[in-house]
Amino acid sequence: MEVTHQVLQQLVNGISLGSIYALIALGYTMIYGIIKLINFAHGDIYMVGAYIGFYAITQAQLSIVPALIISFVVTGILGMVVEKLAYKPLRHAPRISVLITAIGVSFFLEYTSMYFVSPTPRTFPALFGDVAIELGGIVINGQQMLILGITTILMIVLTYVVHRTKTGKAMRAASFDTETAQLMGIDSDRIISITFGIGSALAAVAGVLVGVYYNSIDPLMGIMPGLKAFVAAVLGGIGILPGAVVGGLILGIVEAFVSGFVSSTFRDAAAFAILILVLLFKPTGIFGKNTKEKV
Amino acid sequence: MKYLRKNDFIMIGFAVVLFAVLQGLIAGRILSSFWQLNLLIVGINVIMAVSLNLINGYTGQFSLGHAGFMAVGAYVGVVLTTNFHLPFLAALVAGAVAAGILGFLIGIPTLRLRGDYLAIATLGLGEIIRIVIMNIDYVGGAAGFKGIPHHTTFAWVFFLMLFALFFIKNFVNSNQGRACLAIRENEIAAESMGVNTTKYKIMAFTIGAAFAGVAGVLFAHSFYLISPNSFTFMQSFNYLIMVVMGGLGSITGSIAGAFVVTFISAALASWPEFRMIIYALALILMMFYRPQGLFGYMEVTNMRIFRKIFKKGGRADG
Repeated sequence: MEVTHQVLQQLVNGISLGSIYALIALGYTMIYGIIKLINFAHGDIYMVGAYIGFYAITQAQLSIVPALIISFVVTGILGMVVEKLAYKPLRHAPRISVLITAIGVSFFLEYTSMYFVSPTPRTFPALFGDVAIELGGIVINGQQMLILGITTILMIVLTYVVHRTKTGKAMRAASFDTETAQLMGIDSDRIISITFGIGSALAAVAGVLVGVYYNSIDPLMGIMPGLKAFVAAVLGGIGILPGAVVGGLILGIVEAFVSGFVSSTFRDAAAFAILILVLLFKPTGIFGKNTKEKV
Repeated sequence: MKYLRKNDFIMIGFAVVLFAVLQGLIAGRILSSFWQLNLLIVGINVIMAVSLNLINGYTGQFSLGHAGFMAVGAYVGVVLTTNFHLPFLAALVAGAVAAGILGFLIGIPTLRLRGDYLAIATLGLGEIIRIVIMNIDYVGGAAGFKGIPHHTTFAWVFFLMLFALFFIKNFVNSNQGRACLAIRENEIAAESMGVNTTKYKIMAFTIGAAFAGVAGVLFAHSFYLISPNSFTFMQSFNYLIMVVMGGLGSITGSIAGAFVVTFISAALASWPEFRMIIYALALILMMFYRPQGLFGYMEVTNMRIFRKIFKKGGRADG
């Protein structure tokens, strides 16, 4: 009984953590789907989002929902600016150049933030006190409920935007085949910009939620979750939105189990081991279709 | 097959003079210990950069896990010298072999991946190596390995660096090296021309890893203590910056990159944020205006000024 109880508790922790990975992974997968770029800076965008949320709560004395909205909007704009300044000039450059630029952007965001907010970790104010519900001995605390609630809402909205609006249709077309989409009259630069905006905004929400969940943020907090969200995106099948969500949840659950039952030092290794196994056995991911290589 | 050409003798001559001057500065205590240590670090970084260049620049396989191989070499080396009291040379050889074998084993599955996937997979493997070392109590775990004898001297670093440079230069100019260049230019075309792409990719990866192991042994024996935190992927990025700045596919470039990056790091040691912001902007601007790096594919032996000075040595190959 004790073991099942622990397993279920770790499952709850894993799903909370996994939904955060899923939010970051959605941005990764959308951006990769359209311009085939691993946006190394995505994790740092998430960090910036967390700081904007932090200042909105501590300096402007806002409550969590307005803070989330401000972070969502400001970081979304930041994502578009980054795309315009750093990636757009390299639209036709070799992919390795763009990848190196992304690494540069990532460093730039990390260390300029470090310069402005100092490298010391900041403590996120506790917003929930001891709110928690207990279901048969399994504790779901206030932060976890917030995370699950917000991520569910955002995923429903995102699904609606991508599948039911004109912009979403254009996004899907551009990610399927950018050149043909352009021939059909879609302004691909605009669509890429919007994709960066939405992806960055989602990452920002994840950043604020992580701040609320772990109570601590620092300028280098984005590196690991960024890499792990990429693992999640690959696991689910890169470029596929439901894949990113499923990949994020699986990764979160695996990590919770590894740190709960093996050792928390192996937590990061588990994520990379998953990545390598996926790439070796099913590189297209869980939801991916096999495509033939064209010369 | 000539392993040493006329240009090489000129370069060796330069190297010997340079060595004599630097060794004189060290022996005469003209350089402070801070700059002496940095001189060692430059040499080690040159080995790291040029071996990473073999993988990333010449073979076109984007690896981000080079610090992991360095860690393997470092730990194998320090265990042999500290716990088993073996001579330094044995530690160097063992470090190279261990890192090379690991590179070979890792290379077989991962080099099937391309581009960005390979980058992330190697980054992940580098981290896995570090995390595994961190969990081995025999080598001190996360606290690090203490009491390492101070074996690394400037002479060891300098001549191993020279060996690495000539080995990789000759490799690139050999049949195998040409196969690697073909893979970089177009993998599918190389394969259809009969190049066994897997074999040469793994060969380049193994050689690169082995030299990273040597650099690791040298690095570890320059300090009293090493810890797994010296080999994070930020270190791998550091080597990548050297290679990219110098030029993917230029040995001269790797040397220049290692020099510039090491000395900028040393000079800005008190302002770490600025250092990284400068690197970041340099990387981005480099990709905008000079994506091939400072030297591109150019070697110093091919430059006009070099040929002017040594008229008869002006052959097109390096």
